[in-house]
Amino acid sequence: MKNLKPTLMAALLGATAIGMAATGVSAKDLRIGLQSDADVLDPDQSRTFVGRIVYASMCDKLVDITPELEIIPQLATAWQVSEDGMTVTMQLREGVVFHDGTPFNAEAVAANIERSKTMDESRRKSELSSITSTEVTGEYEIKLNLKGPDATLMAQLADRAGMMISPTAAAAAGADFGLNPVCSGPFSFEERVAQDKIVLKQFPDYWNADAIAFDSVTFLPIPDTTVRLANLQSGDIDMLERLAATDLAQANANNDIEVASAVSLGYQGITFNVNNGPKGDNPWGNDQRLRQAFSYAIDREAINQVVFEGAFAAGNQPYPPTSPWYDTDHPVPARDVAKAKALLAEAGYPDGLDLEVQVPNTTVPLQLMQVVQAMAAEAGINVKITSKEFATLLADQSAGDYTASQIGWSGRVDPDGNIHQFMTTDGGINDSHFSNPAVDEALNAARVAASTEDRKAAYDTARDILVEESPIVYLYHQTWIWAHSSQLDGFTPYPDGMIRLEGVTWTE
Amino acid sequence: MLLFLMRRILIAVPTIILISIFVFALQKLLPGDPLLVLAGEERDPAVLELLREKYRLNDPIHVQYFTWITNALQGDLGISLRTNQPVTELMLQKLPVTLQLAAMSMIFALVIGVPAGILSAYRKGTLTDYVANVVALSGLSIPNFWLGIMLILLVSVKWQLLPASGYVPLSEDFGQSIRTMLMPSFVLGTALAATMMRHTRSAMLGVLSADYVRTARAKGLSERRVVLKHAFRNALTPIVTLTALLFGELVAGAVLTEQIFTIPGFGKMVVDAVFNRDYAVVQGIVLVTAVGFILMNLLADVLYFILNPRLRGQ
Repeated sequence: MKNLKPTLMAALLGATAIGMAATGVSAKDLRIGLQSDADVLDPDQSRTFVGRIVYASMCDKLVDITPELEIIPQLATAWQVSEDGMTVTMQLREGVVFHDGTPFNAEAVAANIERSKTMDESRRKSELSSITSTEVTGEYEIKLNLKGPDATLMAQLADRAGMMISPTAAAAAGADFGLNPVCSGPFSFEERVAQDKIVLKQFPDYWNADAIAFDSVTFLPIPDTTVRLANLQSGDIDMLERLAATDLAQANANNDIEVASAVSLGYQGITFNVNNGPKGDNPWGNDQRLRQAFSYAIDREAINQVVFEGAFAAGNQPYPPTSPWYDTDHPVPARDVAKAKALLAEAGYPDGLDLEVQVPNTTVPLQLMQVVQAMAAEAGINVKITSKEFATLLADQSAGDYTASQIGWSGRVDPDGNIHQFMTTDGGINDSHFSNPAVDEALNAARVAASTEDRKAAYDTARDILVEESPIVYLYHQTWIWAHSSQLDGFTPYPDGMIRLEGVTWTE
Repeated sequence: MLLFLMRRILIAVPTIILISIFVFALQKLLPGDPLLVLAGEERDPAVLELLREKYRLNDPIHVQYFTWITNALQGDLGISLRTNQPVTELMLQKLPVTLQLAAMSMIFALVIGVPAGILSAYRKGTLTDYVANVVALSGLSIPNFWLGIMLILLVSVKWQLLPASGYVPLSEDFGQSIRTMLMPSFVLGTALAATMMRHTRSAMLGVLSADYVRTARAKGLSERRVVLKHAFRNALTPIVTLTALLFGELVAGAVLTEQIFTIPGFGKMVVDAVFNRDYAVVQGIVLVTAVGFILMNLLADVLYFILNPRLRGQ
């Protein structure tokens, strides 16, 4: 019996190889078109969305997520949270090596967490702030000591904060690690030409190498959506991310192209300046009835149909209606112009009121605001659109130099990431300067609650207040739309917008 | 001639310094904090402060400028705020790309523009002249981005003849490199060809009615010889000036063309850098481009000497 196992394995492997040959699966260079160029390729320093797409092929994390947002093992195979929530013990995958041959073990995890928490340039400090120290309890076991219970920690470890880089390479390169990143994922870094391409080569010693069917992956930043699609149509690339909703019909009509989509974790909305500097002292910031009126004046489903060809999802909360965290007690409100007018009158503006909204000066936000403008006008709200280049918009928003701002959030796996820093009194990105002790209490409680049910209850409590006060009027949730050659099989869309290549194959 | 050249070079130095100050100041006047762009969605205040220190953005502007110019004179143009790569290295990567685009576009411009200009001047008032004028005007009027996307849809998507976008270095695959550059350089070249044609035409018209051309004809020389040897050679001086001046237009056109065809050259780098407030990169590109522009004009002056014997005696 004992000797049968390797024989069986060999037979299975052989069969797989024959099977692959029979179906014509062959290794090739997969070319993926990205909407923009990634920033520095150091998981501790990077900040762009497209950078994370590159990491999905290059850097494994301690844990990963399923399309349903459940946390599953990746480099950590199991984990236990102590009774009091003060420690997390993780068992690590054995036999894993980094691209430079350095073995992956508990020491490596400790070094990674140390780097994320202490390196000057690290942007992961706040994500890992609940970890006070680490203890290596075995070659493949590590204990994380926490300040207090942290329900959001595992979700953080499923993203950049949980990406493991080679401690040898990190020590040698320091802050310049991003010029030649060394991780432990399915592909290793080969070369990068800024604004042109990032090339990754298959890593033969990857622990899950059987699931990878490509020799290499090349990421090409192609910002123009039309040109990105043209490249796919002409066969110059095999896959692209963020197909424009307006190009959906064209892509669907092409037999050589397949489209996949998933509602994103993020949102788009309008943030009102409630109390940020002198400009917060305006009718819109002072009276929640006006903000409610604005919300009632808008037909969110119509926005989705007109601006996004119905491909996105209407929304009224920081998480999409498809999310398990969505509060079904407050469904997406139907448009009610009469109610909007009544609320305006109640607030003392029976003849209507002006509202200046700052908008990024790119096509989609401008189209969106023009539709909103037309809708709001019918309720007596005279929207003035001020378009600003994005860096300026952010600076003005942060400094409180605005009344209302059209802005969104790319979304996080854990609901905390979509709400806590925006709606709590001292939240890092609370540009509205909204403050309500009951909301603070509920959102802080959700961070430490032990069970999912308790967390959900806390978020629902906050939602009851936030729907009334509406410091952010949520409008819609973007849908990630991928288009790829019909020769590409097995691609699974994830709500985080990443491209995971495990199990993806190519048929000639 | 050497003296003349020396004088020109000496004049170029303050010009370049002024340009660098101007661009530096303009960038600082741009609203928006580079660090807010750089810090990402979370905008952690501690990280912001650290980056401000690291990139010395807390220093007074004139100190920032002097730090930059002193390093620049030693060949160090700083590092990109976005990718941490040294700007000099980035530019060395991009320079051949844009040079190739510029050279190929110039070939299109010359090959189309100059013969069309000669022909329409020679056949002034005929159908050929009108057709050439209409074509030239369309070349000037059709926006690059429109023509570019139309070409991509037709040539790459429908006929699948050329790659839709991207770039392959000449050293890696010569044929493929030329193929990827054909469409972008055609788009950029046609716009320049129009200007080139108009100027060639008016220069030729000027000389074709000159006495020496009549004399040449009277001597019984062939029309071909009259037009190409006697007339065209004398019309060349303004065309050479124009070619040098068009270099500026070429760089400006490259900004748009590189954007459409996703060519990783100077143009694309400068646009991305401006949007990301990547100061060091913008400064570096402008400086190098300005030097290039001045060099082109210097080259034009030298060519005058060669083309126009009357100048040699001075």
